[in-house]
Amino acid sequence: MTEKTITCIECPKGCLITVRQDGSEITEISGFSCPRGKTYAENEVVCPRRVLTTTVRKSDGSVVPVKTDKPVKKSELFDLMAKINKIVVDGKVSINDIICKNITEDINLIATDNK
Amino acid sequence: MKRDLVIIGGGPAGLAAAVAAYDSGVKDVLIVEREERLGGILLQCIHNGFGLTRFKESLTGPEYADRFVKEVVKRNIEYMTNATVLNVSKDKEVTIVSPETGIITVNAKAIILAMGCRERSRGALNIPGSRPAGIFSAGTAQKFINVKGYSVGKNVVILGSGDIGLIMARRMTLEGASVKAVCEIMPYSSGLNRNIEQCLNDFNIPLYLNHTITNIDGNKRVTGVTISKVDENRKPIKGTEMHIDCDTILFSVGLIPENELSKNAGVEISPSTKGAITDQNRMTNIDGIFACGNVLHVHDLVDFVSEEAELAGKAAAEYIAGKVVKNKNIAVKNGDIISYIVPQKITDGNANVKLFFRVKNVVRDRRLKVLADGKEVFAVKKAILTPGEMQTYVLRKETLQNAENTIELKVE
Repeated sequence: MTEKTITCIECPKGCLITVRQDGSEITEISGFSCPRGKTYAENEVVCPRRVLTTTVRKSDGSVVPVKTDKPVKKSELFDLMAKINKIVVDGKVSINDIICKNITEDINLIATDNK
Repeated sequence: MKRDLVIIGGGPAGLAAAVAAYDSGVKDVLIVEREERLGGILLQCIHNGFGLTRFKESLTGPEYADRFVKEVVKRNIEYMTNATVLNVSKDKEVTIVSPETGIITVNAKAIILAMGCRERSRGALNIPGSRPAGIFSAGTAQKFINVKGYSVGKNVVILGSGDIGLIMARRMTLEGASVKAVCEIMPYSSGLNRNIEQCLNDFNIPLYLNHTITNIDGNKRVTGVTISKVDENRKPIKGTEMHIDCDTILFSVGLIPENELSKNAGVEISPSTKGAITDQNRMTNIDGIFACGNVLHVHDLVDFVSEEAELAGKAAAEYIAGKVVKNKNIAVKNGDIISYIVPQKITDGNANVKLFFRVKNVVRDRRLKVLADGKEVFAVKKAILTPGEMQTYVLRKETLQNAENTIELKVE
């Protein structure tokens, strides 16, 4: 039996969620106050994921903000940053434009501003 | 030039106020924005987590701003960019300067102040040491990195654990910098727990509570800092000094509403919020001048800024139409653990009023009591109250109808 306490990052409340596990099987989750929190805690003990937000360079030297359209593996964040830092985009970019398709798994890197 | 409504500031507060005023019947609106585009500070906050309350999704700052900019554009609401307001008079004359128009004056029937806030600086803290390059406020570093695309530094120490400092700790780490320490003079962080988790713990960045910077080294560029532990009076303890090599220092030590224009106009400022003293409509002591968003009091969440701005926008429309209700003159008071309550006055007893307040210290297992003219009308248990989290309480109109002089909130 193992017990982990997790601070939920889904909303500003920051609930403390306790997850009890028997081996890899989750036996009990308590302390969450919404379904998002429960899902977050379940994922957090198996494979923590985060939405990555950063910027990509445009060919004119300016930058445009981007995010992954789904949470990516936390362990991959720095590899993805290295990939993203090599990207250069041309021309006008609008919110939700795909900057890099399937940057990891089936997750896209999308623009979050019009620039 | 004449306009029914002039809104100063095109950030989240100004945008939401403009849309709400327009939808409440005022079509002759002008938004004046100092930067080159609408959106305000949201444009440099490229991280996600905005809009959960309002849109039930986790947006980035620019995405949240875009939702409101679209609403403004859809209604053809007039706005000026690169335009700085030089003065607001008590007669509601607004002096604006921009490269396109030169200096112009606009006479308004009503004005909404939505200028936001600015960061406290190193100077405000009296941190000793030399004055080399490499010292930034967290928000300035954020703009340099996220908007301008500059690199700010490689080895970083952050003073202050407010949310902007925490967000920047993560941002700089992702950009390849090493964040050596986040120092917080208080025994607790003023940032949200989720930001401690996802910005510091995720990257093993140490948070030193009860610590402050006591010296800055470096001639041309910062070469290091000395941090010291502080006692319960927040005074550095001799012998606890620790040196950290770094080339960059970020200050994230609080935000102050930007009220120079308001003061010139004669708007009364609260010493506790550093923003205007207003009634439930967010109208200041000057008839027809309203304030909302971070220029009124510093909010934790932009969702609440939008909500407050909509209230002010709607009220400004009612004021212009001559429909403002004044049937009460109730002062809102706070007990000593509460640092402030907004609004400070209530002039309409026929509608519910949502009170926003903050506490001074972290307190547990207390009772929040509401007193009308000194008599307790309501009490609720609060498991935990922290200064970092704005609290709300909805005053029912039934309570207001029976109150004459004061409403008091107390934590016991």
